[in-house]
Amino acid sequence: MSMLRSRPDFFDRLKKVTLPFNDGILETLRAGDLISLSGTLFTGRDQTHRLLFDLLDQGKELPVDLKGQLLYYVGPSPARPGRVIGAAGPTTSYRMDVYTPRLLDLGLKATMGKGARSSEVRESMKKNSAIYLATFGGAGAFLSKCIVEAELIAFPDAGPEALFRFTVKNFPAVVINDVTGRDYYQEIVSASSL
Amino acid sequence: MREIKSASIIEAVRQMAMEAAWDLEPDILEALLKARDRESSALASDVLELLLINADIASREKIPVCQDTGVAVVFVTLGQDVRIVGDLMAAIQEGVRLGYDEGYLRKSVCDPITRVNTGTNTPAVIHVELVPGERLHISILPKGCGSENMSGLTMLPPSAGLEGVKDYVVDLVVKAGPNPCPPVIVGVGMGGTFEKAALLAKKSLLRPLGQPNPRQDVAQLEQEILERINDAGRGVHGLGGNNTSLGVHIELFPAHIASLPVAVNIQCHAHRYKEIDL
Repeated sequence: MSMLRSRPDFFDRLKKVTLPFNDGILETLRAGDLISLSGTLFTGRDQTHRLLFDLLDQGKELPVDLKGQLLYYVGPSPARPGRVIGAAGPTTSYRMDVYTPRLLDLGLKATMGKGARSSEVRESMKKNSAIYLATFGGAGAFLSKCIVEAELIAFPDAGPEALFRFTVKNFPAVVINDVTGRDYYQEIVSASSL
Repeated sequence: MREIKSASIIEAVRQMAMEAAWDLEPDILEALLKARDRESSALASDVLELLLINADIASREKIPVCQDTGVAVVFVTLGQDVRIVGDLMAAIQEGVRLGYDEGYLRKSVCDPITRVNTGTNTPAVIHVELVPGERLHISILPKGCGSENMSGLTMLPPSAGLEGVKDYVVDLVVKAGPNPCPPVIVGVGMGGTFEKAALLAKKSLLRPLGQPNPRQDVAQLEQEILERINDAGRGVHGLGGNNTSLGVHIELFPAHIASLPVAVNIQCHAHRYKEIDL
């Protein structure tokens, strides 16, 4: 496919955001903004949440401090020898909806996956001035190139559902829910015919 | 009587499991290119471009197109005059195990109650159909569950008619929104029984993308449902535009006089499959 560029046009329009979030940056982001993330984030999906909640329910300390952090819903494929990580695109976020408000109350500032969030999560984001990002489902090979380091932090027995710390560089995402309560998916639905 | 050794089945399945994860088939790539060229939204067009770039990286570097390398769904068409030397079902499971291990594919299969991962991506889901003759055909469809979870089945009354079928399918796909990674491929099974409709919906995904059902009224129904889904404007990844679906495939089976089962199996744009005649 020689007609392909190395990256699509919209990569030139991405607003750069560093992780963990600097004070005040979240307030400047709006639903529909295309952003590029650089810095560190944590990963987790279904079983990761269940294991984190087991610790919380037992009054134990979490293996990471989520305050001010971004949690990326991903279960990567294994890295080949010499590579940082395998494919690492987003999983569908609604399955984490039941867990998210409590984590936002603990200081988590952003989540990233794909697909819409529940009204409870949207309310909790407003209350906690947190945001939700979507990245590109089915682009796991491309996105793996934006991950420069992957460190296993907790739950190694959970396989792809272990908790990792990723260091990312120019990782692309779309702001879906911003701190003002706007929801980009809802706006697309309202603008379309059905 | 033709003899086929289980070792050759293991090897074929192993190879297909890996290649399915890395290499999208030409019909899918062509459909994504066409979608990009007719896309009304600039952002969606860029995302389609990203998906094509992703497929290119995956194929060149042998990285899965998507980290969800799925539950391996395997369809076997077995001639009655073939004698398998060894255990057919065990050979398929072993091929899946080896392919997912050696290909650095994600192991996504777990106990439904404890959620403990089996660690091997087995068991695969295997469907065997017996046919006359000496043929052995194996297809593998690694099925990601972002899209599988958005699937559905309804037992309509016959009075619901075609309008009822269209409304059910369109509504299910539109309401799924960005969750199943649109642009999706929509597999529909109509008729039969509860489980027959579901199996037909899955099997319809094996048809080359965009190839219409040979029955003209069914082909017309496929086209009409596709247009209604795309007119709804949810678009690529739910970001708007006119490419929510790349194709609708419908398979039929005669139904009971009291019944009109309709099953919808949604497949993401990273539609991976391989097939082989042994």
